[in-house]
Amino acid sequence: MKLRNFKRHGKEGLKNLGRNGWMTFASVSSVTVALLLVGFFIALMLNLNFISTQIKDDVAVKAYIVRTATDDQIDQLHEEIQALPRVANVKFIPKEQGLENLIESMSHDGEEATVLADLRDENPLPDSFKIKGKDPEDAIAIKKAVEQLDYVTKAKYGDGKGTVKNLFNVTDTARNVGLALIIGLLFTTVFLIGNTIKLTIVSRRREIEIMKLVGATNSFIRLPFFVEGLLLGVLGSILPIALLIVAYRAFYDIFYHNYEMTFIELIPLNPTIYYLCGGVLLIGALIGIWGSVTSVRKFLKV
Amino acid sequence: MIEMRDVWKTYPNGVMALNGVDVTIEKGEFVYVVGPSGAGKSTFIKLMYREEKPSKGTIQIDRINLSKLKEKHIPKLRRKVGVVFQDFKLLPKLTVYENVAFALEVVGEHPRTIRKRVMEVLDLVKLKHKARFLPDELSGGEQQRVSLARSIVNNPAVIIADEPTGNLDPETAWGIMDIFERINTSGTTVVMATHNREIVDSIQKRVIAIDGGMIVRDEMAGRYGYEA
Repeated sequence: MKLRNFKRHGKEGLKNLGRNGWMTFASVSSVTVALLLVGFFIALMLNLNFISTQIKDDVAVKAYIVRTATDDQIDQLHEEIQALPRVANVKFIPKEQGLENLIESMSHDGEEATVLADLRDENPLPDSFKIKGKDPEDAIAIKKAVEQLDYVTKAKYGDGKGTVKNLFNVTDTARNVGLALIIGLLFTTVFLIGNTIKLTIVSRRREIEIMKLVGATNSFIRLPFFVEGLLLGVLGSILPIALLIVAYRAFYDIFYHNYEMTFIELIPLNPTIYYLCGGVLLIGALIGIWGSVTSVRKFLKV
Repeated sequence: MIEMRDVWKTYPNGVMALNGVDVTIEKGEFVYVVGPSGAGKSTFIKLMYREEKPSKGTIQIDRINLSKLKEKHIPKLRRKVGVVFQDFKLLPKLTVYENVAFALEVVGEHPRTIRKRVMEVLDLVKLKHKARFLPDELSGGEQQRVSLARSIVNNPAVIIADEPTGNLDPETAWGIMDIFERINTSGTTVVMATHNREIVDSIQKRVIAIDGGMIVRDEMAGRYGYEA
């Protein structure tokens, strides 16, 4: 296509936005609302997913070993555990290491938990195995199996009260519901844009008729509407993107100021949320184009 | 220039608009198409710019075979055929200049050529001084002159007009006819459907009379010939 034509379509598309002021406003608003919801839902989903992976990574079965067990017996036990179904890897944790881990997890702001540190001379902990299943959900089965083995005093996973299992259920449900909502919202948005552009085209039927009469090709007629749809989508995504960045940054700051939770992390703004913004822009552009192209095609009967 | 061979047109609702039309129009001719309402005049006109397709028979305009013309090649035909309507079909939000330039823009003409050509044809229809006006600010006759300017701006071989004076008072109609004649004198073929007895009888040209979907009379320097 000639560059001159390209420029004309861009200009026409822009002009059309202005000429159909209220229609443009309606379309852009509907895109904005939908993308706002989509953006925030995806941000929420990403975080839930992120948090649940963190927690899943932490889900391991701990098996405590009888104090009197010899090194050979421990080695044999190691092999037996490794041979269990669903076990991904087994790590031997000597009691000294176990204590250091405990001290570290109880320490705060660089101050050692002194009470525990005193125990270094007289370590009360047993040696243990840290066992990871192929799936975090395997933890329960692995715990039961390991408890049957010789030289194991006790096995446990997570907090041992099923909270982990509940958390998995919650995040899975939340993710599925969220996905369903997002898909529903996107369809509604496409429908809204398609409809609004259809109205815009109806009001410009005469223009299209005359274009055809004076010998404009169909692609020539279609392109300004294509540009217009694209612009509607892109304009509609500006506010959601701005809000997403501002609101997420604010939420992120507040979250870390008020809850100094060391074990739950949020997805940082950079780069994931920026990628999400790019995605929102892309979705806006695509649904804008989709809406306009389908509506124009109907009117040109091609 | 224009050749119709045994052209039939039946609409999907069963209305038989044309029943075997044979006609040849030479290059540079000026032809009136007359006949009572519902006689098939409009269909005859619409077939020539491929708004409608014949059910049977062949139509050829300037070596383009319309009966075989594919949808995507219609624009090519439309650039050779200028069309003028009773209701002008101007874009209300564009100025006179823009309305005329529109026909050249959509075919991708160079901006410099567009400016030159548009001013030429606006001069021809004597509307140069109103180039910046909107159609609503013009009289009916002036609006029709704009639409005429648009139809000739890309130098079509044929101008097809469907009752171009139908909405105009007699005096204004004469002004429009004057422009048609000038266009015709420069070598452009003109085919005009009309109900205007006075015009047909005083500016004598070839007259094709259609009734009941057939050509009932075809005479050089003819007259309107029947009571409308």
